[in-house]
Amino acid sequence: MTLAEPLPIPGAATAPEPVLRVEGLCVSARTEQGLKPLVQDLSFTLAKGETLAIAGESGSGKSITSLAIMGLLPQPAVRVTGGGIHFGGQDLTGLSEPSLRSIRGDRIAMIFQEPMTSLNPVMTIGAQLAEAIRAHETVGRPEARKRAVEALRAVRLSEPEKRMGQYPHELSGGMRQRVMIAMALALRPEVLIADEPTTALDVTVQREVLDLLRDLQRDLGTAIILITHDMGVVAEMADRVIVMRQGRQVETAATAEIFHRPQADYTRALLAAVPRMGRGTARPPVTGAPIARLSDVVVRYPLRGGLLGGVTANVHAVEHVSFDIRKGETFALVGESGCGKSTIAKALVGLAPHQGRIEIAGQAMAGPDPAGLKAMRRRVQMVFQDPMAALNPRMRVGELIAEPLLIHGIGDAASQRDRAADLMARVGLEAAQLDRYPHEFSGGQRQRICIARALALQPDLIIADESVSALDVSVQARVLELLRALQAEFGMSYLFISHDMAVVENISDRVAVMYLGQVVEMGTRGQIFGNPQHPYTRRLIEAVPVPDPGHQRPGGVRLSGEVPSPIHAPGKGPQRVALRDVGEGHLVAEGTG
Amino acid sequence: MAAYLLRRLIQSALILLGVSFITFFLLYVLPADPVRQIAGRSATAETVENIRQQLGLDKPFIVQYARYLGGLVQGDMGRSYLQKTEVAELIWSRLPATLLLMFGAILCELVLGLTMGIIAALWRGRAVDQVLMVTSFVTVSAPQFVVSLLLLYVFAVKLGWFPIGGYGTFAHLVLPAVTLGILGSGWYSRMMRSSMIDVLRADYIRTARAKGLGRARIVLRHALPNAILPVIAMIGIDIGIFMGGIVVVESVFGWPGIGQLAWQAIQRVDIPIIMGVTLVSAFAIVLGNLLADLVAPWIDPRIKLR
Repeated sequence: MTLAEPLPIPGAATAPEPVLRVEGLCVSARTEQGLKPLVQDLSFTLAKGETLAIAGESGSGKSITSLAIMGLLPQPAVRVTGGGIHFGGQDLTGLSEPSLRSIRGDRIAMIFQEPMTSLNPVMTIGAQLAEAIRAHETVGRPEARKRAVEALRAVRLSEPEKRMGQYPHELSGGMRQRVMIAMALALRPEVLIADEPTTALDVTVQREVLDLLRDLQRDLGTAIILITHDMGVVAEMADRVIVMRQGRQVETAATAEIFHRPQADYTRALLAAVPRMGRGTARPPVTGAPIARLSDVVVRYPLRGGLLGGVTANVHAVEHVSFDIRKGETFALVGESGCGKSTIAKALVGLAPHQGRIEIAGQAMAGPDPAGLKAMRRRVQMVFQDPMAALNPRMRVGELIAEPLLIHGIGDAASQRDRAADLMARVGLEAAQLDRYPHEFSGGQRQRICIARALALQPDLIIADESVSALDVSVQARVLELLRALQAEFGMSYLFISHDMAVVENISDRVAVMYLGQVVEMGTRGQIFGNPQHPYTRRLIEAVPVPDPGHQRPGGVRLSGEVPSPIHAPGKGPQRVALRDVGEGHLVAEGTG
Repeated sequence: MAAYLLRRLIQSALILLGVSFITFFLLYVLPADPVRQIAGRSATAETVENIRQQLGLDKPFIVQYARYLGGLVQGDMGRSYLQKTEVAELIWSRLPATLLLMFGAILCELVLGLTMGIIAALWRGRAVDQVLMVTSFVTVSAPQFVVSLLLLYVFAVKLGWFPIGGYGTFAHLVLPAVTLGILGSGWYSRMMRSSMIDVLRADYIRTARAKGLGRARIVLRHALPNAILPVIAMIGIDIGIFMGGIVVVESVFGWPGIGQLAWQAIQRVDIPIIMGVTLVSAFAIVLGNLLADLVAPWIDPRIKLR
C-alpha cells in the first residue's frame, strides 16, 4: 500500500469505483445553419453495480448520449464535438472503429426501445445470440450455442432450447426484449445501457422485464445506464438520476432526493405532470342517456388457407362485449395489446364487421344504407395514437381540419375555413397557422390538430385510441386538460382507450377492463381502482411503476406467463365470461372476487 | 404447402389459357393473310382458297380456336405453315440455346446489378454512388441494338476476343449474355440500392453494430438477406422483360434460339409458330414468378405460403 491511496475509513461507505466517466461531453449535428448542439457539457460518473437513470422528454439528448458512449452516432452528420468518455483507462471518443468494436457488445452493451424491430427477422434467435458471443471470444460453434442457451435460461425464457431455432416473429414483444437482454448480458459487460427498455411493452410485461433487469444486475454487478422518460421506472430502478432538458443536465441527485426535494423548476414541473394513481378527482356520476350502446358485440376475423381458401381458424378479437357510454361521460377501455380494445373502436365507426348490436344515439348501426351509415359516422369521430401518421403530410392544417365538413357537405368554403380557424383557437393553436403543414408543428400540437378535426362535426362521441400515449408527460398532461375542458364546453362523450392505468385513473368516469376479447370487470373509476375484484385488474394496477422511490409494492408476486392465443378452430371459441354485479353496478367476471 | 402449389398451378393454367385466347384472337383479326404468304404472289384465287380450306382458316374464329386448344391439350402445337415441321419440334430444338442465354444473362444482371447497388448504398451520396447511378441510368435507357452492336464492334471486330456470332462454345455465349446483362443490371442496381439503404437504417442493423460485429459481416449476413427480397420478386418479372429483349439480341448475334424463330415467324405470319413461342414465353414467365414466390419464404421465414 502506498501513501497516495486513501485508507478505508471503518464504518463509512467506501467511495464506489467508477467504471465510466463522462466529462464535458458535447455532441452536435451538422445542419445547413451550421453545428446544432444536441448535448452540451454533460458530465457524470457511473459506479460499478450502480443504476444511473438519465431522464428527460423527447429532444433532451438522452438517447444521443447513449449512442455517443457506444460510438454509434450517425456520423458524420452527428458527432462528438467536445469532452471525453473515459472507460477502462481509454477515451472512447478518440478510439478507432476497430478498437471501439472490440468494446461494443463485450464490455459495454446496449438494449433498445423497440424489441419488435431490433432483432434481425431472417436469422434465428440462436444464430443472433451465438454471433454476439463469437464476435468477441474465440469459441467454437457448439460452445457458443451452449452459452447462448445458458443466456436464454438466465433471462428466464421458457424452453430455451426451442427458442434457439425460432425466428423473432414467432416470439412476443416481451420475449424478444428478453432475448435482447440475453444478448447484451451474455458476455457479462461492465456497463449496460438500456434505452427505454420497457416503453414499447405492456405494463405487466414491463414489470417482468424490470424485475429481471434488477435481478441480473444484482447477480452480475453490471452498472446500468437507464434512459427513460417514465418517472415511475426511474423511481423503481435507479440509484441516481440525471434530469436532462434540451441537451443540458438540469439536475442530478440520488433518486430519493429528486423525488422528495427537487431543486430545479423543470424537475418540479416534470414530476407534477406525471400521472399518478389515486390522484384523480372524483366527479359526480354521469347519468345522461346512453349515446352509444353495445350489446353482445362479437368481432371475428377468419384465417383462410387450403386449396379453395376456406376458413381454417378464427381470430376471436372481440367476444360478447356489452356496455353503454352515457352522454357527457368518459368511458375507458383498458387492457394489454391484443385484448380487442382497438377492434371495438373500429366496430363503433363501422370499420370492422361485427355481430351483435351497436346503437349510436338510439339508431342501430347494422342495416342502414351507405347514406345512413355516413350520417351515423358524423356522430362518432376518432383521434389516433400517432398524430404524424394520422395527418396527411401534403395537406395544410386548415384543409385537414375542414375536410370532415367537406366530406359531409356542410357549409361553403368560406364558412368551412372560419370554422377551422375557430376550432384551432378552441384547441389552443393560432388561426394564423392554418396554412402551415403538419411537419411544422410539434407532437403535442399535431395531436391538438387531430382533436380539432374530430371536433369539426360536433360529434356525440369521440374515440381517443391511445391518443396521449406517444406524447411526453408534460404535453400529455396539457392534452388531457384540453380534452376535459372541451368535454365541459361541448358535452360530448369520450371512449378513452389506453394501456396506461394512471392516465385512465385520471380522466375516466367509468372503466371496462378487457382481457382476450372479453370484458372481465367494469365499473366506476372508484370501483375499479379502489376496489378491484378481478385478478387481472389487480395485476394491471399493481404492475404500474409508481413514481415514488419509497413505494413498496404489495405482495411480491412475480408475474409470468404469456397471454393465451385468441385464435381458435372454426366452431370453437373461448369460454364465455359472464359478469356478475357485486354492488352498485360494479360488474366482475363470474367465479372471481 | 401442397394446397398452395396446386392452387398456383391451376392459376397458371388459367393465365396460359387467357394468353392463348388473346394471342389467337389478335392473329385472327390481323390484316396480314398467312395463306398469301404460303401460296406466293402468283397463286390463283382458287389455290389460295384450297389452302385456306386445308388449314381450316375458312372456319369461324371460335371453331379455329377450339381446334387449336384441342390439339394443345393433347400436346400438339400444330405444324408450321411454311417449314412443314411440328412446332413443338422446332421450339424444342431451339429452347436449350435460349435457356442457356437466359441463365447467362440473369447471372450477369445479378452480379453486376447487385454489386453496383450494394456499393452505391454503402457509399450513399459520395462520388462512387453518383457514378454508379448515372451508369445504371445509361444502361436502363440504352437501346438493345446499340449496345449489342457496340460490344460486337469493340470485342469481336476490333479486339477479336470473341466470335462475331453463332453458337456452340462458351466464347459464343459471352457477348449476347453480357449485352442482356448490362441492359438489365441498371434496374437491379437501383432497386438493390434503395432496398439496401432502407435496410441499413433498420433497428436490427443498429443492434448488430452494438454487438460489435464487423462491417463486412453486418452487410453480408444482416443487411443483404433482408435487402434482397424485393429483388427476388423482380427476377420473376424480369423473365418477361427478358423474353422481349431476346428477339433483338438473338438476331444481332445470330443466336439460334426461340427469339430468332419468333422473329422469322412474325415476318411470314406463321401463326402456329407465333402461338407456340408466345405460349412457351408465357409459361416461362409464370414459372419464373412461381419460383420467385417459392424461394421467398426460404429467405424470409415471416412469409407463409397459403
